[in-house]
Amino acid sequence: MEMLARAHVLVCGGTGCSSSGSKVIIPELQKKLKDRGMEHEVKVVETGCHGLCEMGPLVIVYPEGTFYVRVQPEDVDEIVETHLVKGRVVERLLYKEPKTRETVPNYDEIAFYKKQQRYALANCGHINPESLEEYIGADGYAGLAKAISMTPEQVIDEIKASGLRGRGGGGFPTGMKWQFTRAAVGDKKYVICNADEGDPGAFMDRSVLEGDPHRIVEGMAICGYAVGADEGYIYCRAEYPLAIKRLKGAIAQAEENGLLGQGILGSNFNFTLHIKEGAGAFVCGEETALIASIEGRRGMPRPRPPFPANSGLWGKPSNINNVETFANVPAIMRDGAAHFASLGTETSKGTKVFALTGKINNTGLAEVPMGITMREIIYDIGGGIPDGKKFKAVQIGGPSGGCLPEQLLDLAIDYESLTKAGAMMGSGGLVVMDETTCMVDIARYFLNFTQDESCGKCTPCREGTKRMLEILNNITSGNGKEGDIEKLETLAKSIKAGSLCALGQTAPNPVLSTLNFFRDEYEAHIKEHKCPAGACTALLAYTITDKCRGCGLCKKVCPVDAISGEIKGMHVIDQSKCIKCGACQEKCPFKAIDRG
Amino acid sequence: MAIKSLDDLRKIKEKANAESSARHESGTQVIVGMGTCGIAAGARTVMTAIMDEIAKRGLKDVSVMQTGCIGMCQKEPLVDIVRPGEERITYGNVKPADVPRIISEHLVNGRIVSDLVVAKL
Repeated sequence: MEMLARAHVLVCGGTGCSSSGSKVIIPELQKKLKDRGMEHEVKVVETGCHGLCEMGPLVIVYPEGTFYVRVQPEDVDEIVETHLVKGRVVERLLYKEPKTRETVPNYDEIAFYKKQQRYALANCGHINPESLEEYIGADGYAGLAKAISMTPEQVIDEIKASGLRGRGGGGFPTGMKWQFTRAAVGDKKYVICNADEGDPGAFMDRSVLEGDPHRIVEGMAICGYAVGADEGYIYCRAEYPLAIKRLKGAIAQAEENGLLGQGILGSNFNFTLHIKEGAGAFVCGEETALIASIEGRRGMPRPRPPFPANSGLWGKPSNINNVETFANVPAIMRDGAAHFASLGTETSKGTKVFALTGKINNTGLAEVPMGITMREIIYDIGGGIPDGKKFKAVQIGGPSGGCLPEQLLDLAIDYESLTKAGAMMGSGGLVVMDETTCMVDIARYFLNFTQDESCGKCTPCREGTKRMLEILNNITSGNGKEGDIEKLETLAKSIKAGSLCALGQTAPNPVLSTLNFFRDEYEAHIKEHKCPAGACTALLAYTITDKCRGCGLCKKVCPVDAISGEIKGMHVIDQSKCIKCGACQEKCPFKAIDRG
Repeated sequence: MAIKSLDDLRKIKEKANAESSARHESGTQVIVGMGTCGIAAGARTVMTAIMDEIAKRGLKDVSVMQTGCIGMCQKEPLVDIVRPGEERITYGNVKPADVPRIISEHLVNGRIVSDLVVAKL
C-alpha cells in the first residue's frame, strides 16, 4: 500500500490569498520538500478561501492544525525546517488576536472562526477544490444520491421543510420557487445559477465557486431533478476567472464520472450544465436581465409576470437561484431539513455568509447563523474597528441596502428585522464605517455605482439617479442648498415607484437610510458647509495655529506653495491655493496645523 | 470511472478520507522526538521506518507527529505512542529495526513492548 502523507500543508489559493502571493508559495514548498526528500511524507494542497483574507496568504499545517498567516516565500524554508522536519511551531508566523495581541496557534481557537457556523462554506479552505475525490470524501454527492432515491415532490417538500430562502437578497422561499417551476407546463425546463455577484465589497459567491465548485454542480443537479429540468446554466461574470476555471473543471469531472450527463448515478435522470460568462453588468443580477443575457440579447429587465418559473430562458419554465442558495442544498438533502431548520430564527432558517470589508480588523468572509447580532459579527468575529476608532455605521445589502447605526448593533439579523430597520439582507456585503467616514459621501458612492450601472430602460432610474447624484455631488463639494434634502426625498420616492426592477427600486435606499439616521450630517454640509467626519476634502480647511514656531518645514513640503511666512515667524496657509493634501499637517513637528 | 451507485460513492469517500487522514482528528498518535539530539541520533530514519510500516500494514487513523527535545537526550531517538484513552508510552534508543515490533505489538494490538520502554506519562 502507498505511503500516506503524515502531514498536510494547506495553502489558500483563493483570490484574496493568490493576490497576496500564495501562488509562489506552493512551488516553493514543493521544491524545499523535495530537497529534503520529504515529498512523499508531506502533501501540499491548494484549497479555496478560508475567509480570513486580511491575514493572507494563509498556510495551515495538519495534523496539528497550526495556522500561519501572511506567509511569504522567504518563510517557506523555516516552515519546512522547523515545523515539518523538527515539529516545532514557527511562532513568528502565528495569528495574533487583534484585541488581545495574543498569539493563537490553532485554527479552531481563533475568535474569527469560533462564532462562525460553516454550512455553505463547510468545505471552503478544507478541501482541494480541483479534486472530485476530496469533495466526495467530504460527503459530496451523497445529497444528490439521496435526492434521486426520492420522488421530485419529496425533494421539494424537504427543501420547503428546511425553510431555505433565497440568499441572493430577496429571501423568497426556495422550495416554493422550485414547486412553481415543477408545476409549470412545458416539456423542456431549465435550472439557472445566478453567479453575477456585483455588490461592491461582496465576494461570498466567488469564494464558494472557487473553493467548492462541486457543491454548486450538486445543488443544481438536485434542483434539476426536483423541477424536472435536464439542462442548467451558470451565469458567472468573466471577472471571476478562477471561479470559471474551477467550475469548468468540476463540470468536466462530474461528466466523466457519471454525476452529470445521461443516467446519473445509475438512474434515468439526465442533467447537463453550461457556463455562460457575463460581462459584469450589475443589472444582469436581476433575473430577467440575466436570462436575456444568456439568450444573447442585451441585459435588460422585463416586466414580471410572467415569472421565469413559467416563462424563463427561451420562453421555457426556468428555476433561478443564487450561488449561496444552491450551496445550501446538498447538505440539506444529505443531513435532512430538520438539521438546517434548527439553525437560525423563526422566519429565517440556516446561516448566512457575509463579506466583511471597510474599517474592520478581520476583513474576510464569515458564515454565521441567522439571528446573530451585528455587534457579534463586527466585534467578536471581525475583531472590531482598527486604530481604536469609533464605530459609526455598517452598510448592509450593498448599493440596494441601507446602513445600520450604532443603536441598532444589537438587532438580531434576519430578513424581516433588516427590512424593518430600513436595510436589507441583500447578498451579504457588510461595509463597516468608522467616525472618519462621511455618511453623505457613502451615499454618494453607492448612488454613483447604481447610476453607472442603470441599464437605462426606465426613465426614473436612468434620469432620477443622475439628478440625485448631482445633488449629492453638490452637497459634498460645499455647494448644497436649502431644499436639497427634500428634493432628494421626492426623487427617491419617484425612482422607487417608477422602476421596473430591483436595481431602480432600491437604488435610493443608501440615501434614504443615511438621511434617516444621519440627517444632521447632511444638514451640516448644506447649512454650515462643514463635513463632521472631516472626509469631504472640499469642505476642509487647514489652518496654522499659534503653536507654530516658524520652522518652515510646512512651507518646504507644500506642493503648491500655498504657505508663506518667515523663519521663526508664524506661517499662514493661503486657502485659495491650498489643495488640502495634508502634507503640511503630517510634517509639522509642533502639531500646529488644524484640519476641520 | 462512472459512479453508478451509493456504494461507488462510499468507496471513493473511504479512499479519499484515508488519503486526507492527516487533516482529521485521529485515534492514535505516534510522536517522534526531533530535537537536535533526536536528529543526531537518527530520528529521521526511525520516522521513515514508522511511516513505511504504517503504509505496509495499511493502517488508518494514525497520525505521525514530531516533537522537540524533552531532555532525555541520551535515550534518543525517542518515540511516543498514544492510543486513545491510554497513557502515553515513551520508547527510547529506538532503531529502525525496532519499529515493526512497536507498531505491531503496541500500536495495533495494544501490548506494550516493555523492554524498550523508558517512561510512562
